[in-house]
Amino acid sequence: MRLRNAQCISRADITAFPIDDFRSHIVKAVNQGARIAAFFCHDGLLIAVLARDEEGILETISSRANAAYASITPDCPQAHWFEREIYEQSGVKPEGHPNLNPIRSGQSEFFRVDGEEVHEVAVGPVHAGIIEPGHFRFQCHGENVLHLEIALGYQHRGVEAALVGGPDKRAIHLMETLAGDTTIGHATAYAQIIEALSPARLSARAMVVRGIALELERLANHTGDLGALANDVGYLPTGAYCGRVRGDFLNMTALICGSRFGRGLVRPGGAGFDIDASLVDELSDRLDLAFRDLAGAADLLWNSASVMARFENVGTLSLETALKLGIVGPAARACGIERDVRHDFANGVFGFSQIPISTAPSGDAFARAFVRWLEIQRSAAFIREQLEHLPIGSIGSQVHALAPDSFCVSLVEGWRGEICHAALTDSSGRFAQYKIIDPSFHNWFALAMAMRNQQISDFPLCNKSFNLSYCGHDL
Amino acid sequence: MSVPSLVHMAIAMITAPLIFGIINRTKSLFGGREGPPLLQQYFDIAKLLQKGTVYSRTTSWVFRAGPVIGLACVLIALALLPLGPLPALCSFPGDFIVMIGLLAVMRFFTMLAAIDAGSSFEGMGASREATFSALAEPALFLCFAAISQKAASLSLSDMFLRHSGDATHGSAPAPALLAVALFVVFLAENARIPVDDPNTHLELTMIHEVMALDYGGPDLAFIFYASALKLWILGALVVNVVLSGIESAWAVLAGLFFLAIIVGAVESTMARLKLLRVPQLLIGAGALAMLTLIVAMG
Repeated sequence: MRLRNAQCISRADITAFPIDDFRSHIVKAVNQGARIAAFFCHDGLLIAVLARDEEGILETISSRANAAYASITPDCPQAHWFEREIYEQSGVKPEGHPNLNPIRSGQSEFFRVDGEEVHEVAVGPVHAGIIEPGHFRFQCHGENVLHLEIALGYQHRGVEAALVGGPDKRAIHLMETLAGDTTIGHATAYAQIIEALSPARLSARAMVVRGIALELERLANHTGDLGALANDVGYLPTGAYCGRVRGDFLNMTALICGSRFGRGLVRPGGAGFDIDASLVDELSDRLDLAFRDLAGAADLLWNSASVMARFENVGTLSLETALKLGIVGPAARACGIERDVRHDFANGVFGFSQIPISTAPSGDAFARAFVRWLEIQRSAAFIREQLEHLPIGSIGSQVHALAPDSFCVSLVEGWRGEICHAALTDSSGRFAQYKIIDPSFHNWFALAMAMRNQQISDFPLCNKSFNLSYCGHDL
Repeated sequence: MSVPSLVHMAIAMITAPLIFGIINRTKSLFGGREGPPLLQQYFDIAKLLQKGTVYSRTTSWVFRAGPVIGLACVLIALALLPLGPLPALCSFPGDFIVMIGLLAVMRFFTMLAAIDAGSSFEGMGASREATFSALAEPALFLCFAAISQKAASLSLSDMFLRHSGDATHGSAPAPALLAVALFVVFLAENARIPVDDPNTHLELTMIHEVMALDYGGPDLAFIFYASALKLWILGALVVNVVLSGIESAWAVLAGLFFLAIIVGAVESTMARLKLLRVPQLLIGAGALAMLTLIVAMG
């Protein structure tokens, strides 16, 4: 079944294949340029959502799997992480999968390189900085990294399980705290699901307020990332200024809704807070000031030869690897891939006001930093434009009971990349399954690949250039 | 042993931690922040001295000996160095070799202690320190060789001690070249940007800091204090070369503080080098020092 972003269909409409055809269909589609946006198991039913970026179509197929099926991963590396998750969550075994270690419930076995002068470095799960927990296992030859294995799951809270039987009053709060830095992104994806299944019509004004919130979140996080990247190479001025300007952007969100992270701003059916006329002026002024300071700090960064020497040719991810792994967000665009939900699966305000896709060709830490800077400029321009032409009308509309026996996929381009939520409802219109795929889920393995044959001392820089979420992955 | 030489020791021992304060304040100014108090390093040392220590069961006496030996070495090295017109506590022909040797012993025990902690991070730090110091040390030796050639003496006091009315004495050959070479060695040996980043909390990128990760309490205070004195000693060498011919101890002291501002400015305006590039920088410093030696011999 081919469906659009945030379109509600009946569960019966999902195309069902025998398992062999299901497998070959996925492999063939991915070879033709499709991407696995979601792949999960519900009650022994494998469901895959294939994103066809160029057509803006989400193809959903399913197949009944018994205790085991032939793994898709050997022919389609994108399925790697998904199949590990399926085995961990449902026990359905993808036979022939190269590595079926659990991705969340603690990994005890690690790949190991043997040989003289080869040494192993274990980092985490408790880190020196104030960051989330995750375990990194390096196989090194001197300073050179041969292999990196990433073991996550330390933040697993059972969010997906808690959502079954919903939606209830808790649901929106769980969404807002899936990954604290992506509050708006995940809340929007959830709101789109509810609005599609309800169905509820979103007012133009609510769409714009949500769009502004999403781009403010992107501004704040991208700015923080540029500063953190500068700090990681010991370049103080940009590090210090970006840290402050990030706060300015967060405060703009707080000005709208009272929370720096945008809690309470996005609600199913609309927005929780309106932007009135005096707020429009205040936000425009603050945006101009913050952007001016940020432009100065960014110019310093790009014009420092010593910084560029650190950023360039570090942690390079080839276009081929990026396509094979099906990565998303700025990391994918930094490899030259034109992939952006705001463009490919435009929904809400982005259906009316296009933001150009920002790409860079080189795939290294510099490209990932530079794509962020391009997106900062475009997001700022977008917010300015939207503030000038705020549609009139209400910001909220009524949400009804969800359609029973239905299925819906919702995509949002969060600042880290494509956020995918998929919901299945049961016969009484409650969630039978709610699947969440944070962009980090696609991208963690790309970080491991980017570290191959790099200096171990460049890992923090590489890691920061991806800046993936631990709690968004662990759920 | 004379009173002026004791005065010199006292000045160095009292003001050394202040240099860190000046560097950090300079960096804060560049970053648009107010920054920590100038005397922060004194507060830290005082606080740490009052604390207890915890030792890992993996460690042996080597780990505990590291900070003590380090501080002892650097104090003896300080006794060999004159400051402006203030003579060194003791001096003899070849004392500069002893001084480099003492710094090497300090480093050797720091590295041994780091490896003794049994952590892969500290092992990596020790390995980096060994690699880079193997390049920084010859550069320092060549600098001294050039100065001693000009001064026609193998004693630090003859090289640097100021005598009134003797303008040429103690002046270095090709002072600009020598100062640059010494400055690079100074940055490398004291774990400053562009070689190392003293502010980072990322174990994987550290060199010097990572070797002190397992220390706390008085041991860490010793390490902080020893680094301050080491910074003082190598900084005084740079200042002595640049200010050759100036006879006041105050001028040298002011020069040291000015050097701290320069270090802060360097750290604020450039990123740290890629680890692979550090040897090239140090070899460059060695080459400059060699050039100075050739000039001095010519």
